[in-house]
Amino acid sequence: MIEIVVEKKLKAYKGLNTLQISKEIPEGAILRITGPSGVGKTTLLKMIAGLATPDSGKIIVDGIIWFDDAKKINLPPQQRHIGFVFQDYALFPNMTVKQHLEYATTDAEWINRLLAIGMLENFEEEKPAHLSGGQQQRLSVLRALAIKPKLLLMDEPFSALDIKTKSGLIMQLKTLFAELDITALIVSHNPQELDGISTDELDLEQ
Amino acid sequence: MDLSPVWLTLKLAGITTLILLLVGLPLAWWLSKKRSWFKILIEAIITMPLVLPPSVLGFYLLLGFSPQNGLGKWLQQTFDVRFVFSFQGLVLASVIYSMPFMVSPVKSAFQQLPLSLSQASYTLGKTRWQTFVHILLPNIKPSLLTAAVLTFAHTLGEFGVVLMIGGNIPGVTRVASIAVYDSVEQMDYKAANNYSLVLFAITFIMVISVFMYNKYQSKSPLE
Repeated sequence: MIEIVVEKKLKAYKGLNTLQISKEIPEGAILRITGPSGVGKTTLLKMIAGLATPDSGKIIVDGIIWFDDAKKINLPPQQRHIGFVFQDYALFPNMTVKQHLEYATTDAEWINRLLAIGMLENFEEEKPAHLSGGQQQRLSVLRALAIKPKLLLMDEPFSALDIKTKSGLIMQLKTLFAELDITALIVSHNPQELDGISTDELDLEQ
Repeated sequence: MDLSPVWLTLKLAGITTLILLLVGLPLAWWLSKKRSWFKILIEAIITMPLVLPPSVLGFYLLLGFSPQNGLGKWLQQTFDVRFVFSFQGLVLASVIYSMPFMVSPVKSAFQQLPLSLSQASYTLGKTRWQTFVHILLPNIKPSLLTAAVLTFAHTLGEFGVVLMIGGNIPGVTRVASIAVYDSVEQMDYKAANNYSLVLFAITFIMVISVFMYNKYQSKSPLE
């Protein structure tokens, strides 16, 4: 169970915009996050990951306080053990596909399975610069999964994939989420994209 | 031709570059982070040798480290180190004088890396140090190499600072650029020409290697 009650001022085109969120997410949920550009979808994910700090409020995950401004608790991202898929992929230019996964985990069997899920087995030795946009995006999803997170935060993770690849990957992820007991928060612009997988929705209004 | 000034110059440039790699890298990383007034001040001080006449820098170093004055006296009495008219003095002056050539390009290289690269590494449970070594450093390699070569070449070209703090002691502080000046003073144009040619050749080769490396290395995917 994740309890989030946070507030953060965001710089917007016209002055400041306040992002206010109050949400409880049950374990194993797959939450789709929608809302117009600039409303704070990415910021919300980053606050949960510990990559951005809320102005006030608290984030409690499975009874453990990750953030609480009153108690001055703010767990660093390293201790939160979350999988994060960045909108810009944030792949490491110096590492091959395989090295990305080896940087995250030492479990060779798990790496091979992930490579199969992402259809990247034949690109193990390639660096991001030599991958297509879709392959790069899949790699960023695999890297986030490599640490076997309990909580997965994905920022537009399927935007560069064609429909066939996308639905194939989403089906595989669904199985994996159940197997690893993953709670996932997915920012998505495409309304149909997560049909049949998402269990809940959070619409951030301006 | 007495080659000792050339060797001394190469030794000085080598040691200076090595020290600046060790000192300049963390410094550049620190400077590339969030700006503050304190950082702007530090960065300005580091950049000063670019615009300050080398003789001015040398003059203050000479004053500061002179064994007659406070700091120089203390250093000599406590650690038995002397920074004026000695090789270690040249190293110290060169480190200060060439610092902007190392720090500035490396700093901008760090700044050009997307923030999300380190963030991604943190979410994988990696510490700041692991992230620095495995992610940041490898991805600024071309800039690092350029900075190191320029630092080395710039140290070869030192004259004013060296003359002020080091003087012209054969085998100790008589670097190639000083040897050129000294030879001309003594009307020995042949020796001056020899030293000049060697310096010209070394620096030319270094600069052209950097240009070639930057031209042929594969384009960064971050661009």
